[in-house]
Amino acid sequence: MVKYVLKRIALMIFVFFVILTMCFVLVKLLPLVDPVQFGKDMNLIKMRREALGYNKPILVQYGIFLKRSLLNNDWGISEALYRGQDVWQVFVSKMPATLMVNLYSLIFSVPLGLFLGIYSALKKNKWQDYVISTLIMLFISVPSYVYALLVQYLLCFKLKLFPLQMNSGTDYFTWSMFLSVIPAVLSLGFGSIASLARYTRAELSEVLTSDFMLLARTKGLTRAQATVRHALRNSMVPVFPMILGEFIGILSGSLIIEKLFGIPGIGQLYVNSITSLDYNFFMLLSAFYTLIGLAAGIVVDISYGFIDPRIRMGER
Amino acid sequence: MEYADIPKEKFEFYKREEEIRDKRLETKPVGYFKDAMMRFCRNKSSVIAACVLVCLVLFAVFVPIFCQTTYSSSPTDTNYLLYTKFLPKCKWFAWAGWDGCSKETLNASDYLSRRAIGVETGMDPIVKVYRENYEDPTSTVNTTYYDVKTDSYIKNGMIYLTLTPAEYESIQDWQNETGIQVIYPAVDNSGFLLDILKNNANIWYECTQKGAPKLDRDGNFIPLYKTTGNDGEYHSLRIQGDDGSYRYAVATGTSTAVSYKVRVFTYTYFQYRYGFEPSFLFGTNALGHDILTRLAGGARFSLLLALGISLINLVIGAIYGAIEGYYGGAIDLIMERFSDIMNGVPFIVVTSLFQLHLSQKVGVVPALLFAFVSTGWIGMASSTRMQFYRYKNQEYILAARTLGASDARLMFRHIFPNALGTLITSAVLVIPGVIYSESTLTYLGIVNLDSSTMTSIGSMLSAGQSQLTTYPHIILFPALFISLLMISFNLFGNGLRDAFNPSLRGTED
Repeated sequence: MVKYVLKRIALMIFVFFVILTMCFVLVKLLPLVDPVQFGKDMNLIKMRREALGYNKPILVQYGIFLKRSLLNNDWGISEALYRGQDVWQVFVSKMPATLMVNLYSLIFSVPLGLFLGIYSALKKNKWQDYVISTLIMLFISVPSYVYALLVQYLLCFKLKLFPLQMNSGTDYFTWSMFLSVIPAVLSLGFGSIASLARYTRAELSEVLTSDFMLLARTKGLTRAQATVRHALRNSMVPVFPMILGEFIGILSGSLIIEKLFGIPGIGQLYVNSITSLDYNFFMLLSAFYTLIGLAAGIVVDISYGFIDPRIRMGER
Repeated sequence: MEYADIPKEKFEFYKREEEIRDKRLETKPVGYFKDAMMRFCRNKSSVIAACVLVCLVLFAVFVPIFCQTTYSSSPTDTNYLLYTKFLPKCKWFAWAGWDGCSKETLNASDYLSRRAIGVETGMDPIVKVYRENYEDPTSTVNTTYYDVKTDSYIKNGMIYLTLTPAEYESIQDWQNETGIQVIYPAVDNSGFLLDILKNNANIWYECTQKGAPKLDRDGNFIPLYKTTGNDGEYHSLRIQGDDGSYRYAVATGTSTAVSYKVRVFTYTYFQYRYGFEPSFLFGTNALGHDILTRLAGGARFSLLLALGISLINLVIGAIYGAIEGYYGGAIDLIMERFSDIMNGVPFIVVTSLFQLHLSQKVGVVPALLFAFVSTGWIGMASSTRMQFYRYKNQEYILAARTLGASDARLMFRHIFPNALGTLITSAVLVIPGVIYSESTLTYLGIVNLDSSTMTSIGSMLSAGQSQLTTYPHIILFPALFISLLMISFNLFGNGLRDAFNPSLRGTED
């Protein structure tokens, strides 16, 4: 087990470096903005570029980049979006908004998704199941921005329940702030509710028809007992890692929802960094997204082994 | 009795005259694909989804061909700005509210100026008054309000245009031919102080310096038409009440390069310009583009892109996976690591890198294509590899190899057909994924496909988002289209997956 985990982590670091190198080289090939355009920041930008070795060969630059970014956590300064500010500082300041919205949406979607999945599995092939399955199908298929727009139009504009955009400012724990993020939370949540419910339903209905359930009933357990103690526990084996994966995924947030509801988060920062060609932000956020993706994959894989002792990781 | 003891004459010839042959099979053989087809047809929701899908594809293919009008095919026309934000209109469903009208609340002065358009042209933009002349108790302004139903096609009213003599002449000829008034008399606006009033072509009546119409004792508008000046020998239709003294244009410029400033009615000018009355099934957007043909064009592009990507992925993935799965060992290990690395790159990072790098050199669309293909084949490759591992050690492969079949023949003739079902399913399921990602990327503006001639559903949505509260129709139709497309594609794909999965055979009944 330990060996397997170490192997996976080593592979992850390797992949991460390959991708980082790829991004670095490709970004370096792009033309830089002429420092004259920065006006009063011209000298600052020039000095930073000199310090980062922009005039040296690309390999040396890569060495400097790795040393600064990974060891000293210095990812350079923003050249277009937040001119002159430290990229890492801006990134950290954007984190709470993304985290908050995604955390709320998880808190509301995980129990609901599990509940709907379990309920429809228990009522399999009855009308309740058909209704839930149809809804799941709808919410999985329809793109998230379509129902985000729908939420915005119906709940925020027509019924005037919530503001159209998230409140600005950093007081994240006031009531009005909470109200203003609800539309975004809802739009983010529908998708994960649907996918979680579908997964749970499929797993649970498979477990419910298996032989050990029959045995549990024969030895005298009631249906409820058998379901809760045997079926649910077994069906959670693949479902739980999925929830865990989503917990890690909340860091990355959703690009679209953040744009639509004006959430000053990381997703919006990433989109803006691409459209305004701010390469330092782009490097940091690409590295961040890659790391999140890889870490989520590993945690999901390893968690199988922890949740279900019968699964031996790394066995052939 | 022994067989040999039977006397010879007791033997008879069996069917001497007839030919003896095998009995013909009464049922037709059911092959792999036919079986899948049969099981697919048993799944009702998938069949319905397939039908919807066909309709949507037909929409995307044929609407740009047959519904293209002289209006929608001239996207660089500057006149587009006259025809923005028209509401959806369909003459067969006008009773259901699909009539290009909307409910508005106007103050008294706006109400009167809308009415004035109707009085002058005979086409009243106010179709219906729900509630008139009421005071809003919450408002501090001392004015009355009207709840009315306005026709978005007429409410723009008049516009000032500067025409060359040839254009001026041609409009007059058209007027004479069809009897439809396009040019309305020029207005003597020398009394207005503000440019905003002078430039407002809708004012043909006496009004206050704030633009509120003044009415005479009978409640009629007081015309302010110009009766002096050069209008270049206007020789066409005159409006009612004109005794021949009204001037229809203001000539400007020198005598050698004269141009005419005229007041034209946007509705009839559209008829003159494009040959049909303005009526847009899905309305027009904020730039005046016809949403119907634009949506269909965008959808066609999305579908073609998705189809192309799915095919390319299929080919690359199949070959890659086949080599991995067939040879195994070290080759498999190395190739698997490579696809692991590719798989780790977030899609959004790949796309943005490709956009930053390639879109300048090869164009946006090829860059997008590369981005999709560069990570898209991995799924195909791994499912092909899985199938190859399953089949490569079976006896019939060994038999074929013993008979001297080459590696390529074994791979693509003997093993590959087994993987075809799953591959087709995943190729179909790739299509909605690509459409979804493409619309997401264009929506976010990372990929910009929007131009006067081309668009994508994502950019239509993001362009319409700022008008969501006032003109929801701009978003409604693209959103509806993509939702339907996604739902039907997913249902269809699920049906295909179940149909091609032999382990589910017989479980549905």
